Amino acid sequence: MNTNKFISLGVLAVAASLTMIGCKPKGPQTVTTGGAAEKVYVAPGKYDEFYDIVSGGFNGQMSVYGLPSGRLFRIIPVFSLFPENGYGFSEETKPMLNTSHGFVPWDDLHHIALSQTKGEHDGRWAFGNANNTPRIGRVDMKTFRTMEIIELPNSGGNHSSPFITENSEYVVAGTRFSVPVGENRDVPVSSYKKNFRGTLSFVSVDPANGGMKIAFQLATPPVDFDLSRAGKGPSHGWFFFSCYNTEQAYTLLEVNASQRDKDFILAVNWKKAEEYLKAGKAKKITNVKYAHNYLDEKTHTATSEMLNEVMELDIAQLKDIAYFIPCPKSPHGCDTDPSGEYIVASGKLAALIPVFSFKKIQDAIANKDFDGEFGGVPIIKYESALKGEVQKPGLGPLHTEFDGRGNAYTSMFVSSEIVKWDLNTLQVLDRVPTYYSVGHLSVPGGPTAKPYGKYVIAYNKITKDRYLPTGPELTQSAQIYSIDGDKMQLLLDFPTTGEPHYAEAIAAEKVAPNSTKIYKIEDNNHPYVARGEKQTKVERKGNRVDVYMTAIRSHLTPDNIEGVKLGDEVYFHVTNLEQDWDIPHGFAVKGAANAEILIMPGETQTLKWKPTEVGVVPFYCTDFCSALHQEMQGYVRVSPPNSNVPLKFSTGKIEPSGEK
Amino acid sequence: MKKTSLIVVAAATIIFACSPGKPQVAQEDTSIPQAETVPAPAANQQDPRKGLGEVKHVTLKTPLEQDRVRRGEEIYEMKCGACHKLTDERLVGPGWKGVTQRRHPEWIMNMVTNVDVMLDQDAEAQKLLELCLTRMPNQNVSIGDARDVLEFMRSNDGQK
Repeated sequence: MNTNKFISLGVLAVAASLTMIGCKPKGPQTVTTGGAAEKVYVAPGKYDEFYDIVSGGFNGQMSVYGLPSGRLFRIIPVFSLFPENGYGFSEETKPMLNTSHGFVPWDDLHHIALSQTKGEHDGRWAFGNANNTPRIGRVDMKTFRTMEIIELPNSGGNHSSPFITENSEYVVAGTRFSVPVGENRDVPVSSYKKNFRGTLSFVSVDPANGGMKIAFQLATPPVDFDLSRAGKGPSHGWFFFSCYNTEQAYTLLEVNASQRDKDFILAVNWKKAEEYLKAGKAKKITNVKYAHNYLDEKTHTATSEMLNEVMELDIAQLKDIAYFIPCPKSPHGCDTDPSGEYIVASGKLAALIPVFSFKKIQDAIANKDFDGEFGGVPIIKYESALKGEVQKPGLGPLHTEFDGRGNAYTSMFVSSEIVKWDLNTLQVLDRVPTYYSVGHLSVPGGPTAKPYGKYVIAYNKITKDRYLPTGPELTQSAQIYSIDGDKMQLLLDFPTTGEPHYAEAIAAEKVAPNSTKIYKIEDNNHPYVARGEKQTKVERKGNRVDVYMTAIRSHLTPDNIEGVKLGDEVYFHVTNLEQDWDIPHGFAVKGAANAEILIMPGETQTLKWKPTEVGVVPFYCTDFCSALHQEMQGYVRVSPPNSNVPLKFSTGKIEPSGEK
Repeated sequence: MKKTSLIVVAAATIIFACSPGKPQVAQEDTSIPQAETVPAPAANQQDPRKGLGEVKHVTLKTPLEQDRVRRGEEIYEMKCGACHKLTDERLVGPGWKGVTQRRHPEWIMNMVTNVDVMLDQDAEAQKLLELCLTRMPNQNVSIGDARDVLEFMRSNDGQK
C-alpha cells in the first residue's frame, strides 16, 4: 500500500465515520477493523442501549455515559464539591459531606455497585465507595443524585467496597489498611500484628427506600483487603474477599508484602453471621463515631447525624463464619461467575488465574479439609477448593467479568490486554491489546446473574499517544470492544473524566422510564420555600437576612432588595417555580465565596452570601433559561453597619422618588 | 479495498435507515424531545375555538363552585401568578381580567394543560406567543386543577 492510497483511505474513513483496518497494525490508529464505527454509531436524537455508570476515581464523582456511543451525559458529585451545581456549597447539601473529621470536601471513588433484585439489575440505586475517608454513597437512579452517605468506623482505605448481594441485602466495606481498634489507638506502627485489625462492614440496604445502616462489622486478623464479590444462586449467602499482605508488613509493602507464595481469599458466610448477630453473639462497640448523611426529597435538604455504636463479630472467635482460601501472590480481583459456582481470583503477581469451586469449598468445610489457621481462622487446602488454573493467561491479571455464555474476560495490567477464556475448560480463547495498561473492565450486567454479553469496556490507566496531547496531564480513557463473536473487536476509544476504576453498565430500559422530570412544587416542604411569588419576602433576625426568592422564566422575585448591611449574613433561598422538564434556573451573586446554585424545577436551594463592601451588588440567573434569560437579574443594596436604610424588597415596582 | 469500504458505508446507511426500536425524536424543536410527553393533537379536529387537547367539553355551573374557586386561587398563587396579573395588564403573559369572555372554557383548559401543542399548532396561542415572546411554560397542571383555575378565572371576571 503506497502512502497516497493510505492517506485517501484515511480521509474516507473519517468522512464515513468508519475506521479501516490498516495493512500494518502498528500505530494506534490502525488496529480497529472495518465495521467498528457503525457498531458504536448512535444517530443524532437516538438513544444509547446502556447507561454506563463510571467511577470517577480521584474526582470523587460518578460519571454517566451512554454505550455503545461513549457519550458523556452527566457527572454526579458524590464525595467531592461540585461548584457547577452547588453540591457541597449550598446550605442544603453541605451536610452530605460531613464526617467524624468534620466537613471533608473530596474523596477517591473507585467502585460502582448497582442495586440488584434476584441477581439482576433493578435500576434503583448506584453505590460508590470513598477510598480515603471511608464511606459509601448511594445515588438514586431516578434523579441521578447522591441521596445518602454513610461513614465506616474502624476502617482505613475503604477499597473492598461497595460490592452488593443479589437482592441488595448488603453493600460491603472491607478495609484496605488494617488499623488499631479498641480503646487505645496510640500504639507503635510496629505493633501491627498485635494491635491492628481488619474490618469488613456489612451495610444493610432498606428495600423500601435504600436507607443504609451498618448491620454488623466482622473483625479479622490484620491484612489488606482488596476487592470482593457476593455469591449468587447457590453461593448466595456468602461473600468473597481478596486479601494481600498476609505477611502483615507495615513498611515497604512493595517488597515486604510480596514475600509469600500465596495470600488469601476470605470466604464469609454472612447468613451465618446474621444468625450469630440475632443470637446475641455480637459485641456492641461504643468507642466509635461515624456520620450518616441523607437528603430529604421533600425538604430538598440533607441532614447529618453522628452515630456511636456498631455491632462487631470476631471471625477468629466464631470459627464457622469465615474461611481463608490460599490464592497465589497478592490477589486483586475476586469475581463470581453468573452461575455463582465459580470464584475467579486474580493474583496480580501470578502468571496464572486460579478458579475456585463453591461446591468444593462447601465440601472442604464439611470435611474439615483444612491446612492450619491464620490468625485463628481456618485455612481451606488450596487444592480442595480449586476447580483449576488458567495457565499463562498474560501478565498482571486484575479483574474478571463474564458474558453469560460460559466465557470469562480478564484484564491484564502488565501485558496490557484483555484475555478471553473458557470458564469450563480454562483454555485461553482470544486476546486483544488495550491502550494502555487496563485496570478494571466491565461487561454490561457483568457482575449479575444475567450479563448482556455484547461488549466489554476496558478502563485504562495510561493513554500516552492515543489523543491530542494536552501537556503533562492527559485524559483518561475507556475502550469498548464487541464480544458477541468468537474474536473480540476494538470498536471505540472514549476519553473519560476523573480517573475511572470500576464501572457498571445497565440496560437503558431499566432506568430511563423512571427518570424524574420535575419536583412537584406542591410537595416542596423546604422550610424557606416560596410556593409562588406571593410568598416571597425578606426577613431579618439580628444580622441574619433570609431572602425567600422565586425564579421563573424570566425574572427573580424579589429583584430589588435594600436594607442589607455590611456584617450581615444573607441567605438566598431560591425556589424554582417551573414545573416543566429541563428548566433549571441558576443563581449567583457577585463576590460570593462559594459557588452558584442550580435549582431544578420545583426545588429550593440556598446560597449563603456575606457582603464584603458597601454598594449595590448584582445577582443573576446563571442557566440560560429563555430568550429573556439575560434580563433575569437583580440588585441588592448593601449599606454600612450603622445605616438606617429600611429593609425592603420588590419586583416590578417603579419608584420615581429614587431619582432624587 | 476502497470499493469494499464504500459498500460498507452504503450498507451501514441502509441499516440505520431501517433501524427499529429506538426512541424517536421530534424533528422540530419542541423543547421536549420525547414523543411520549407530547400529547397527540386531538384526533378529530374539534371546534378551533376550543383549542387542542384532551378537554372537549366543560360544563359550567351557576352559581360558581366556591370550593373550586378557592383551590384555583391557591394554584394561581403557586404556578401562574409569577407571570399573569389578575388585572388586564400584561406582565410576562396576558392579564387574566376578561379572559373567560375572550376564550372558550375548553380553550383555556387546553392552553393550561397542553401548552406545548397549543403553542405549536393553535393559531390563537401562536398570536399570544408573538405578542409575549416568552413561551408559556408547562406548569404540570392536571386537568382537574385546570378546571379549578378556570373557576377562579370566572370569579376574577366577576361572575357569581
